[in-house]
Amino acid sequence: MRITQGTFSYLPDLTDDQIKAQIEYCLKNDWAVSVEHTDDPHPRNVYWDMWALPMFDLKDPSAIMLEVNACRKTFPHRYIKVNGYDRRYGRQTTGISFIVNRPAEEPGFRLDRQDAADRQIRYTLHPYATEKPAGQRYGESNGEPK
Amino acid sequence: MAGSGNNKDIKKGRWSAGVTPYAEMGYYRPDYEPPPSDILCAFRLVPQEGIEPIEASAAVAGESSTATWTVVWTDRLTAYEMYQGKCYRVDAVPGTDQYIAYIAYNIDLFEEGSIANLTSSIIGNVFGFKALKSLRLEDMRIPPHYTKTFQGPPHGVVMEREYLNKYGRPLLGATVKPKLGLSARNYGRVVYEALRGGLDFTKDDENINSQPFMRWRDRFLFSMEGVSRAMAESGEIKGHYMNVTAATMEDMYERAEFAKEIGSVIIMIDLTIGYTAIQSISKWARANGLILHLHRAGHGTYTRQKTHGISFRVISKWMRLAGVDHIHAGTVVGKLEGDPNAIRGFYKTLLADKLQPDAKLGLYFEQDWASMPGVMPVASGGIHAGQVHQLLHYLGEDVVLQFGGGTIGHPDGIAEGAAANRVAVEAMIQARNEGRDYLEEGPDILAKAARWSPSLRKALEIWKDITFNFESTDVPDAVPTPISV
Repeated sequence: MRITQGTFSYLPDLTDDQIKAQIEYCLKNDWAVSVEHTDDPHPRNVYWDMWALPMFDLKDPSAIMLEVNACRKTFPHRYIKVNGYDRRYGRQTTGISFIVNRPAEEPGFRLDRQDAADRQIRYTLHPYATEKPAGQRYGESNGEPK
Repeated sequence: MAGSGNNKDIKKGRWSAGVTPYAEMGYYRPDYEPPPSDILCAFRLVPQEGIEPIEASAAVAGESSTATWTVVWTDRLTAYEMYQGKCYRVDAVPGTDQYIAYIAYNIDLFEEGSIANLTSSIIGNVFGFKALKSLRLEDMRIPPHYTKTFQGPPHGVVMEREYLNKYGRPLLGATVKPKLGLSARNYGRVVYEALRGGLDFTKDDENINSQPFMRWRDRFLFSMEGVSRAMAESGEIKGHYMNVTAATMEDMYERAEFAKEIGSVIIMIDLTIGYTAIQSISKWARANGLILHLHRAGHGTYTRQKTHGISFRVISKWMRLAGVDHIHAGTVVGKLEGDPNAIRGFYKTLLADKLQPDAKLGLYFEQDWASMPGVMPVASGGIHAGQVHQLLHYLGEDVVLQFGGGTIGHPDGIAEGAAANRVAVEAMIQARNEGRDYLEEGPDILAKAARWSPSLRKALEIWKDITFNFESTDVPDAVPTPISV
């Protein structure tokens, strides 16, 4: 399956030039760009691991691309996303967030149904990957730092 | 008008028994400078033949505040100058028999946090007034002093996006069709297919409540199966607007509680339930963490005609105060009424924190929302993937685009229709962010995406010629600066 979180998951995977164009859009809006990664793609997993702090002071899209690629090199088998953060009063939230790296195999989710009374069912999403401990979820060469 | 049949030669004292023109009783005060805490209204009125526009305007101020048709001595037991509505300006609308009357109301006239009380005052009596041919409430300035007595949307745009984990693009929805007749099981199938195909939301229609062919509890259960399956297949949070509209608040609470118990992220109500019911369910939605969607069922009966009723920008303000997270606010390009400028005005009213008067957009006053969260506008009715560039241009990205027929009517199935819409939106956002002139190049951008997306290709082929080009009835006045009377 293909996890379709993020702003552009229905498009073919973005090329580096396309990612850079979106970073330029963030910088034009004065948004801080950040990179985050995870091996638990549950849709309610809000806090992906941060690849360093948001790059508040970095205004060069090529330099930001270096960080994106460094993260991809370190964690080639993880989900990685690029975020643009809009700190303006009244927003103070994420302005864009799109996936730039995903595991070669995406096992997806099991839907657990727990029968309750009165025909009710309690649904739980269970990411297959999280059956294994962190660091072993997407094959041997998952690139976890030693 | 009041007093117009009377003997005009005899100057009557302010407090003499009998009928005195409203303008002479203090309801017309051209020298009045409204303080920042006053609630201001702009009314469009057409007086009956022979009625002076100033007297007609003063009558509106009077009848929407302290006045009755004759002088009453008991006014003198009060600080009546404060409680009187004051018409402080009357403008003629050039080329018509219409006038815009500006009326100020002291904040003490209104109960804190009550839309019912606010509206009973402002629109309670005057719209049937014989001395007027017609009357329309065009806009209101709600001062922060009053705004702060409401909590507004239970979540608001920012919280909703953070809750759903969806940023940077319009959200996508579809109303399940046919509106009536599907069994609960078949209904849930449409929910499942549309959501797994790529939509964020599906929606009950306004008239789907609990009918013999499908009772609400069955619909909720089957819909939730569809929602959950689609979440598992996409890894995204999804929802179905479960319409809890019912005959009584007790029924509505029962349905809302059930929606919460089975894990829905959102419920829905119709405007027809009334302002107090809306405020009650809003309170419930805040306490229980469910997003609240409002369908504006019935509004066309009073918002559409330019000379009588209430502008939708006023309804937008009332609903932001009353506290809903979503509200249908027009599409510009779809099948329902909507002038582009007027609709931009509604969207700004729902989303912005501070607004300035803008005649082009139909905004008569400044409006300071004092940090009240924004309401997500919903565009629904006769829109399809081929219009995404126009929709993004007119409506922006903080909007739910609802393609009902434009999803379910796809020749290859509902999921393909949903995917077509999602591809179209993402491709257009990408192009916009890359700095392209997406309004101009929109068809090319879609055609290019259609090369690798067969579902979009089919959608574009089948709906390419569908437009709804009819003239709007509710358009802001063409002349931005009217002439003072």
